[in-house]
Amino acid sequence: MTIFDVAIVGGGLVGCSAALHLCRRDASVVMLERGQCGSQASGVNYGGVRQQGRDLAELPLARRSRRIWADLETLVGTDCEFEATGHLKLARSDAEMAELEDYAERARDFNLKLERIGPAQIRARFPWLGDAIVGGSFCAEDGHANPRLVAPAFARAAVAAGADIREGVEVVDATHDCHGFELRMSDGTALRARRLINAAGAWGTTVSAWFGEPVPEDVMAPNMCVTDSIPYFLVPNLGVCGGDIYVRQIRRGNVIFGGGVGVADRNQVKARPLAEVTAKAARLAVGLVPRLATAQVIRTWSGIEGVMPDGLPVIGFSETTPGLIHAFGFSGHGFQLGPGVGAVLCDLVADGSTQTPIAAFHINRFPNTENVAASRGPAAMVRSAHERSSQQHQGPNLQQTKTKGETLWLSLLADAFPERSCFSPAWPLAAS
Amino acid sequence: MPSIVIIGAGPAGVRAAETLVRAGVRPTVIDEALASGGQIYRRPPSSIVRDSKKVYGFEAARARSVHRAFDDLREQIDYWPDSAVWSAHDHKLGVITKSGPKELAWDRLILATGAMDRVIPFRGWTLPGVYTLGGAQVALKYQACAIGEHPVFLGTGPLLYLVAYQYAAAGVKVAGVLDTASAGAKRGALFGLVSGGRTFLKGLYYLAWLRAHGLPVVSGARPVCAHAGLDGAVRELEWRDGHGSLHRTACDSIATGFGLKSEAQIADLCDVPFIFDTGQRQWVPVQDTDGRAAVEGLYLAGDGVGIKGAAAAELSGERAAHTLLHDLGHARSAERLKTLNRRLRRFERFRRALDEKAFKFPADLAASADDDLMICRCEGVTAGELRHAARELGATEINRAKAFTRVGMGRCQGRVCGPAAAEILANSLGVPLAAVGRLRGQVPIKPVPMAAFLDGAVP
Repeated sequence: MTIFDVAIVGGGLVGCSAALHLCRRDASVVMLERGQCGSQASGVNYGGVRQQGRDLAELPLARRSRRIWADLETLVGTDCEFEATGHLKLARSDAEMAELEDYAERARDFNLKLERIGPAQIRARFPWLGDAIVGGSFCAEDGHANPRLVAPAFARAAVAAGADIREGVEVVDATHDCHGFELRMSDGTALRARRLINAAGAWGTTVSAWFGEPVPEDVMAPNMCVTDSIPYFLVPNLGVCGGDIYVRQIRRGNVIFGGGVGVADRNQVKARPLAEVTAKAARLAVGLVPRLATAQVIRTWSGIEGVMPDGLPVIGFSETTPGLIHAFGFSGHGFQLGPGVGAVLCDLVADGSTQTPIAAFHINRFPNTENVAASRGPAAMVRSAHERSSQQHQGPNLQQTKTKGETLWLSLLADAFPERSCFSPAWPLAAS
Repeated sequence: MPSIVIIGAGPAGVRAAETLVRAGVRPTVIDEALASGGQIYRRPPSSIVRDSKKVYGFEAARARSVHRAFDDLREQIDYWPDSAVWSAHDHKLGVITKSGPKELAWDRLILATGAMDRVIPFRGWTLPGVYTLGGAQVALKYQACAIGEHPVFLGTGPLLYLVAYQYAAAGVKVAGVLDTASAGAKRGALFGLVSGGRTFLKGLYYLAWLRAHGLPVVSGARPVCAHAGLDGAVRELEWRDGHGSLHRTACDSIATGFGLKSEAQIADLCDVPFIFDTGQRQWVPVQDTDGRAAVEGLYLAGDGVGIKGAAAAELSGERAAHTLLHDLGHARSAERLKTLNRRLRRFERFRRALDEKAFKFPADLAASADDDLMICRCEGVTAGELRHAARELGATEINRAKAFTRVGMGRCQGRVCGPAAAEILANSLGVPLAAVGRLRGQVPIKPVPMAAFLDGAVP
């Protein structure tokens, strides 16, 4: 049986980007996607490419991802209709304006330039805004792209770079032993890989549970709407404090807006928008931009997103299983991050660490409800023997997420069994 | 009292309502049109008084009967005319009415949503002056206007001859009737067509009448290009005959259609499973022999569940209502169900002869569209872009092609371009039509003005 360097579960944008980045570093990559690449959250989201307003912990990752967005054409052969139109976050009260001021202050540490626009100028610059707007914060670097194109474009580029992408194949179980991972598919086939990336999106906790570390991941179906084509006037991507409505217009004239949630059924892999949510979003959109009252809604849609209790994704090494890396639960704002997360995952696989701070996203922030001693893999035992506190003080620039105890234990094993490359502490690709 | 709803007030919806009322049930009937009758028996507005014989021809008696049946029900039903169902989810319908959006819950639902023209794009099909056959017929029936002074009728199917006849009989100078089906195909289908009885004889009459009045009727024709005049509107149709010779026919309008396709988006949103009908080359909702869908409380009737025509729609409308009553515990309808099923079966053979032989859908015409021909006019997607998505981008299925190219993503939601787009995709992938799937129904079923959602708004 062929042993792949890396198996990726889930063909969303994160998985596709990881596949491409890994192939470019000469890893042998297999990606398993139950449906088609980018058919859930990655393909059906709003399409915002936005750094402004993110949790500060996400900003370094978002900054790195933004550099990839700028270079998309070179990387995947199409710009995926990405355009840096700017993102305008609007305040509807003085308190919200103060909130925007405060955020801009804190985001400065991350070199994110935000321009505050007061009540005097906001209507002069954006005369189509509704009366309720008192001001806003403008991020010129942000914009939007066509989500239907991005993950498939990364997938095609990854295939061209040598990835083995299998669509319509569902991974039903995976296990780990000293040789690496064995994945079993719904069609009865199996494959082996040295590393496993869990990029299963809303189903990420299912995969992490196979390795004894389920997390409280919920699901959410963003309620998305699009109008017919009207003359192009709404250049920036619009958001508001509180996030109950977001609006963008594409150059061909259609206005895309969202707000509220529809129905998500994780088991049936089915999501749909709701009429009453669409109606409310339409009212809010017209309130924001009254001119939209003349447009017609021609289509609504949704998809399933994984949502974590703290709104932050799970990214980084497993706590239980060496060679397992998680990247899921992007909580409704993973589209902009996706390309960058793929690059980070490549770092973790190839180098064992990344320069991009990701400690805040580690899976260990959720108390593991499973019986630790019963879970699989030597690292789990390491974790039970060594206190979690060693991970609590990881600062924003800590390069990687393996615990000291884990590293020590693995070094010992690697010494004892030099032929077993999976015990090598850094797991560099070169060694595999 | 359970909430029982019928969507559509054409022949199927009217007979369903009538049957329910007779059994003492009060249904709500939602219809997009201002008055009952559906597309086939569409009524002129009250301001236009015309003899029904003139409006409906041979169908006058049937039309009057359907209209009268519905008018007699008015006190015993809740009637929502001029109302469009835009969403359907979880036994709830979103309806846009004159007085704003409403929500209507249902316990039992009969879908009698009818059909629309099936279109094949050809060069010049988006020019002003090009209509669908159904559109041309509605203009005549509803508004007593013609689409032009010298229209050409192009396509295939019984409607082609019917509309051409109606136009000619109304005094319009018909420039030509071009049928893409060959004369040989029609002769070959004769045996099956005879099973249509009266319907078949009417068809023969239209054809004979057109010929007797010296109108050019051509079989085996292929459209090449509709040319525009200086005003930008259609001026001439270029076409080939069965031997490949080029012809040019001067005209000021074109009515085109290649049979009908079921309007089944609401069934789709209600999670009714679909099946591919090879004869009609379209996906249709699955029903059991009594008109039940595989969704609890949902029934199907009329052309929305496969094209069988108006006479069959009256029967299947009544059948759906009887099945519903039966499911509610009414006893006697079982006997009537048997009779209806027997009569409906008679239509099947005739229908197969029509669809699979006499007026076969020219799939090759759709599939062979030039690369630069615009297929999806809402979103401006060409045949070449579709082929590129199929061959280069890995779009092996119609919804994937939609995601990549925007085909079927616009105002019409693929109603118009869907069939041709699927033919092009299947052809360029070298797979059977069924293998590329069907465009998923999405809310809203028809465009909804944003203004309809504003508080207190009257759209």
